Amino acid sequence: MRIAVIRFPGTNCETETIEAVRRAGGAAQLIDYRETSLGGCDGVILPGGFSYGDYLRSGAIARFAPVMQPIKALADTGGIVIGICNGFQVLCEAHLLPGALLHNAAQRFSSRPVDIRIERADLAVTREFAEGECIRIPQAHGEGRYVADAETVAALEADRHVVLRYVSVPGSDMPHNPNGSVADIAGICNPAGNVIGFMPHPERLADPVLGSDAGHRFFTSLVQAGAVEMTG
Amino acid sequence: MMFRVHVRVTPRPGLLDPQGTAVEHALHALGFAGVGGVRVGRAVDFALEAADEAAANADATRMCERLLANPVTETFTVAVES
Repeated sequence: MRIAVIRFPGTNCETETIEAVRRAGGAAQLIDYRETSLGGCDGVILPGGFSYGDYLRSGAIARFAPVMQPIKALADTGGIVIGICNGFQVLCEAHLLPGALLHNAAQRFSSRPVDIRIERADLAVTREFAEGECIRIPQAHGEGRYVADAETVAALEADRHVVLRYVSVPGSDMPHNPNGSVADIAGICNPAGNVIGFMPHPERLADPVLGSDAGHRFFTSLVQAGAVEMTG
Repeated sequence: MMFRVHVRVTPRPGLLDPQGTAVEHALHALGFAGVGGVRVGRAVDFALEAADEAAANADATRMCERLLANPVTETFTVAVES
């Protein structure tokens, strides 16, 4: 699998995202938002940042960029599409995932480590984890409060489409649910499980030189998922 | 015909609006004790060329549905003046 990492005007996490994929042994390539094809890539990461300055609503304008057409086509045919932070916001605005992300309940930008639990360990970015495993990775966002109507949230829970959830780890000094997301949701997937969006930033903690590489396995999972897909 | 369109977007009722809450607290701190239920939204004003007022209204409504408002979290109103 070759991963297209998309850059919109205002994206700022593309370099470390590409680096994280490569560190995990995968191939990644930067794709400009004006492109109408994915240049032969068969997987996509929409990285973090502030596409179009977060004007109007975060992700609202990026949704209409030319590159979203081939991304939607890939998603519709079961291809892997991952949204990290602003990428998650774009996927919600594009209706590739349900719900929306609003200003944090505390009305402050939240840049800190968070404890999250892996709720699904059978997806493209989580297969190298154990279900229920808790890890600590960074988050950095002003609009990360996941909201959806009650029926949508009930369906996400019943169908196990919640992928990552904020948790309090005993003895931790980290705040539980740092943005006020409904049901402590940090990340979700679509019914087919091939479109996945989450707020925390595993690519920012994917190299042991930083003191932890807790996010590394998101990318080894992704590379592994691609290898399985190619041979199977 | 040229019309002036005023779109008003507000957070859906019942949805937590932290901006509104912060503004309300600030207004109370300024002594406006009677203030309650503050909701902060956004206004989008623009000129629009359309055949008639009904067409302008329909166009603006489609703009709101596609881009200017997110139906998951927001409601909108459209006012058209010639």
